[in-house]
Amino acid sequence: MTSLTLVRRIRARPSIVFEALTKADGIAQWWGPDAGPVLLAETDVRIGGRFRVRFRLLDGTEHESAGEFLEIVEPKRLVMSWQWTDGGEPDEAGEVSRIEFDLKRIDTGTEITFTHARLRTEVSRASHEQGWAGAFDKLERRFSTEHFA
Amino acid sequence: MTSEAAVCIVHYMVNYRGRQLDRTFAALVDGTRRAILARLEREDSATVSELAKPFAIKLPAVMKHLDVLYDAGLISRSKAGRVVTVRIQPEPMREAMDWLRRYERFWSKSFDRLAAFAESKERAATKKRR
Repeated sequence: MTSLTLVRRIRARPSIVFEALTKADGIAQWWGPDAGPVLLAETDVRIGGRFRVRFRLLDGTEHESAGEFLEIVEPKRLVMSWQWTDGGEPDEAGEVSRIEFDLKRIDTGTEITFTHARLRTEVSRASHEQGWAGAFDKLERRFSTEHFA
Repeated sequence: MTSEAAVCIVHYMVNYRGRQLDRTFAALVDGTRRAILARLEREDSATVSELAKPFAIKLPAVMKHLDVLYDAGLISRSKAGRVVTVRIQPEPMREAMDWLRRYERFWSKSFDRLAAFAESKERAATKKRR
């Protein structure tokens, strides 16, 4: 099982980051790929509880995603199922993915390790750590410069 | 073509692409298979015995990995006499990377704003405590 992994350091303590990830008024401040507004954010933060986020992109299109809280360990870990319920990626209709946030306290605040996995199976953390990203970078360079230029 | 048939075809294509992506990601989970692909990416093509050389595992095990990569559409094989030459197939890989890039963009941009928001909250909390 393979997935996208991002690591980010934030100058805020884990409890503040965790709140921003789980509270509706927090999510409304950041969710979405451009500066367009979040139109609706709902969270029911308990195992099996749902969340729903609707946002508008700067191009005017609206998109909505929803899912379920699968694991909640405040303020350390959060796992949710996730899918597009309106708009989003046409290729991804009906696909359920799994997103995970791991929050680690560091001197300067919080280190978030985020994964987004297509398949709803356990994410193999080991495979990410073994230079997976590096392998992809190389392949990406080749494909973008030679095959698809 | 009737519109129902068109809808069915579109549906099929979406599902097909989804399955292809899942196969690609499943095939790529293994370190040996990723190493094989990385080498094919550098060298364009290689024979099976050339591919097997750097690995401590035996030839039949390498063959099994190649079967998985072949079934996932990530490589092609051609045979000349007793020599099997393996090449990388770029399309499924390109789709997998499109998926990763798309969501990398989505989440990176989101996290920029998450960081800005959480950091402003942190500053406000620190100020209040003083």
